[in-house]
Amino acid sequence: MTATLDDRDKEKMRSVSVDLNHDASLLIDIPDALCERDKVKFTVHTKTTLTAFQKPEISVPRQHEDFIWLHDTLVETEDYAGLIIPPAPPKPDFESPREKMHKLGEGEATMTKEEYTKMKQELEAEYLAVFKKTVQVHEVFLQRLSSHPILSKDRNFQIFLEYDQDLSVRRKNAKEMFGGFFKNMVKSADEVLISGIKEVDDFFEQEKTFLLDYYSKIKDSTAKAEKMTRTHKNIADDYIQISATLNGLSAEDTTANRKHMEKLSDLFEKLRKVEGRVASDQELKLTELLRYYMRDIQAAKDLLYRRARALVDYENSNKALDKARLKSKDIPQAEEHQQQCLQKFDKLSESGKKELTSFKGRRVVAFRKNLVEMAELEIKHAKNNVALLQGCIELLKNN
Amino acid sequence: MAATARDPMANHSDFQEVENAEDLFPELTGGPREEADSSGERSNGPKLDFDDDADDLFAEATEEVSLDSPERDVLLSDGPSPAITPVTPPTSVLTPRLAHAHDDMFTHSSFDELEEEESSEASAVAVSVSDPEKVGEGMNAYMAYKVTTKAPPSSALFRLPEFSVRRRFSDFLGLHGKLASKYMHAGYIVPPAPEKSIVGMTKVKVGKEDPSSNEFVEKRRLALERYLMRTVQHPVLLKDPDLVQFLESSELPRAINTQALSGAGLLRMVNKAADAVNKMTIKMNESDAWFEEKQQHFENLDAQLRKVHASVESLVCHRKELSQNTAQFAKSAAMLGNSEDHTALSRALSQLAEVEEKMEQQYQQQANADFFLLAELLGDYVRLLAAVKGVFEQRVKAWQKWQDTQLLLQRKREAEVKLHFSNKPDKLQQAKDDIKEEIEELEGKVQQGERDFEHISRVIRREVSRFEKERVKDFKILVTNYLEALALTQQQLIKYWEAFLPEAKAIS
Repeated sequence: MTATLDDRDKEKMRSVSVDLNHDASLLIDIPDALCERDKVKFTVHTKTTLTAFQKPEISVPRQHEDFIWLHDTLVETEDYAGLIIPPAPPKPDFESPREKMHKLGEGEATMTKEEYTKMKQELEAEYLAVFKKTVQVHEVFLQRLSSHPILSKDRNFQIFLEYDQDLSVRRKNAKEMFGGFFKNMVKSADEVLISGIKEVDDFFEQEKTFLLDYYSKIKDSTAKAEKMTRTHKNIADDYIQISATLNGLSAEDTTANRKHMEKLSDLFEKLRKVEGRVASDQELKLTELLRYYMRDIQAAKDLLYRRARALVDYENSNKALDKARLKSKDIPQAEEHQQQCLQKFDKLSESGKKELTSFKGRRVVAFRKNLVEMAELEIKHAKNNVALLQGCIELLKNN
Repeated sequence: MAATARDPMANHSDFQEVENAEDLFPELTGGPREEADSSGERSNGPKLDFDDDADDLFAEATEEVSLDSPERDVLLSDGPSPAITPVTPPTSVLTPRLAHAHDDMFTHSSFDELEEEESSEASAVAVSVSDPEKVGEGMNAYMAYKVTTKAPPSSALFRLPEFSVRRRFSDFLGLHGKLASKYMHAGYIVPPAPEKSIVGMTKVKVGKEDPSSNEFVEKRRLALERYLMRTVQHPVLLKDPDLVQFLESSELPRAINTQALSGAGLLRMVNKAADAVNKMTIKMNESDAWFEEKQQHFENLDAQLRKVHASVESLVCHRKELSQNTAQFAKSAAMLGNSEDHTALSRALSQLAEVEEKMEQQYQQQANADFFLLAELLGDYVRLLAAVKGVFEQRVKAWQKWQDTQLLLQRKREAEVKLHFSNKPDKLQQAKDDIKEEIEELEGKVQQGERDFEHISRVIRREVSRFEKERVKDFKILVTNYLEALALTQQQLIKYWEAFLPEAKAIS
């Protein structure tokens, strides 16, 4: 199934992440994608005025794993230790529509033809929604990179955008180089190290407290929002059932009820469309927002971790220098080492401060945009519902 | 005969003069009444005669005319309908027909008038069930409900225009039991009482004042109210002395036979099982297509209703879930707002949490509407259809009884013939006399059986027509109420989000 997203769709979708720098010299988008079984092939399209690139306009096919490779290489690049690396896009998850398809297949025998067609439509819509979401999330990842003053110049990023052959060979090499251990280590030692460090800088002390707390809260909110959205979808499904069974009832009836039931069945069909949209809008504006920033905050935490590690290194180098002075041995090396550690730590602190400040700004703007849009959509849908309900009430009363 | 031929004019010129009708149609009143006394029924219970013979007799008379109505004509041409099978001397059937033969239109409209009169009389009575109160403690505790009746003085049914009594659940079941045993076998659709719920009641008895047991009591209160309203809307049931006593008298004897595990309860279960077996084994020669058609119609309707009911129940469940999930999210969003260090965003998140809390309440209300206005209505009708099916089965039973009696008569006649050719002269005369007596008795019984069958068929036709009218009305009103309730919650949602919007825009 090939999905081509027109501009209108993309406008609607470009929701979650808001970049404060929009650099016109490097424009990236994902104009279409192909879905084969579970594998999604994205077409990454780049338009650039930068001379570093071989061509001003390039299109390459990429898989999800390629995005992950790019993210991991960026994380593991020492030079970027002081930057918040944009979170990797999550793996395309077709679990939910696949489950539904399974259920549909099982229940086919017991459903009427109408019910089946309707549920199939719902299923296709959901599939498309998941598809659109994953395209958006991958696109946003690349756009975050392209608008970052430092990351946009990364060599691997350029390769990702340009290299017109399969990246999987390169991916394997990268895996060999880094072993992939680093990432796992980071995750486990994370919290302990960050919270254990004695902070000298007020700014970072505040940020640390804030981010640790905020992360756990936003993680919880994301989970609860997901549950809410899922129940909304269940209700939309219930409406389909009710509409179908009311149809069955009206077919049996010979009295004036027949018309009443028909109208009611019609109403539920329309209501479920609205309910479905309420669910998907809430998903996009609220759940996705929370999910995205949860991941972004994790990236910010990673930055704090790296800085904490650098501080530990610096403190250790101090101790080593003292020892060397005591023993009067290898003093220049120890001094050198200590200087390097200090420099590294300072660099991380400086860049970290900038990154965290702009991160906060970004977050606030994104929340504002999405909350406003969500409120507007909720109002729109509720008004729609009211109109539909009152229309049906009128019809019933006049009959 | 002569009397009947002479006086029909007088009769239908004045429909209120029912006393005359009694005298005019001795065959109709005389025969059945004797039977009623000799039958095992309670004296105030109707078999074919009801306390107000007048009412039903009159109805009978007009029902007779329906033989001439267009739909019946079609049926008549197809084949002999039971009422015209020449088993009994058709005097009781033909006479009224002759009398009213040239007055189709007149009596037709009178039939409608009667229906309207009865139903307007019935619909003027209103009953409400309120103020549930727990009486007693522990496992012997029960809920007592206040039953308030309002009736216009013109109905002349009750002593006062408005009055209240206190009743418990088993009283309602007892009432239903009595009404069912009196009226169902005559073809009347007696509204079913709400179902027992051991689980629900145990919670209440144990004394937990939690929302689920409150919900249970509310559900039951409304169900009892709907049950009583349907019962008093029935023009025949309204006049029943047991119903009047239930509504009016301050003290009511405890209905002990309503407990599920009592002796009477077990007997009921056994009877139900026996009925089920009978249903499978009785094959009735249905010569009246109307009944076959209607029966099929109700079977189909029942199947479809159950499906709708099931899907609405699923909706109720999910709506409640949504309410809970929204509540959880609201709490989480509040915590997030607290944690947020950007002031304006923090405030907006707290506002979001408040909006979601209000949404939670709205969803709860929607769930209540889904349940009380839609699901319960559908559930009521599933049970009502069971009662409708019940009266159809009663008709089959009546037919069976009639056929059995006929068979018995036939056998006795054969035995009589045998006696003529037997060789025991001394016992012969006595035996002959005995058998003659038995045959006469059986002939009477066969006539009665046929009349019963005709009667129940007529009653069912009327009841079904009434039931269908009520059903249409009920559904329309309740569906409209449900949609209005939903529209209200949606309007509330609009208000809440519109209040939130400026807060969200204020983030900077």
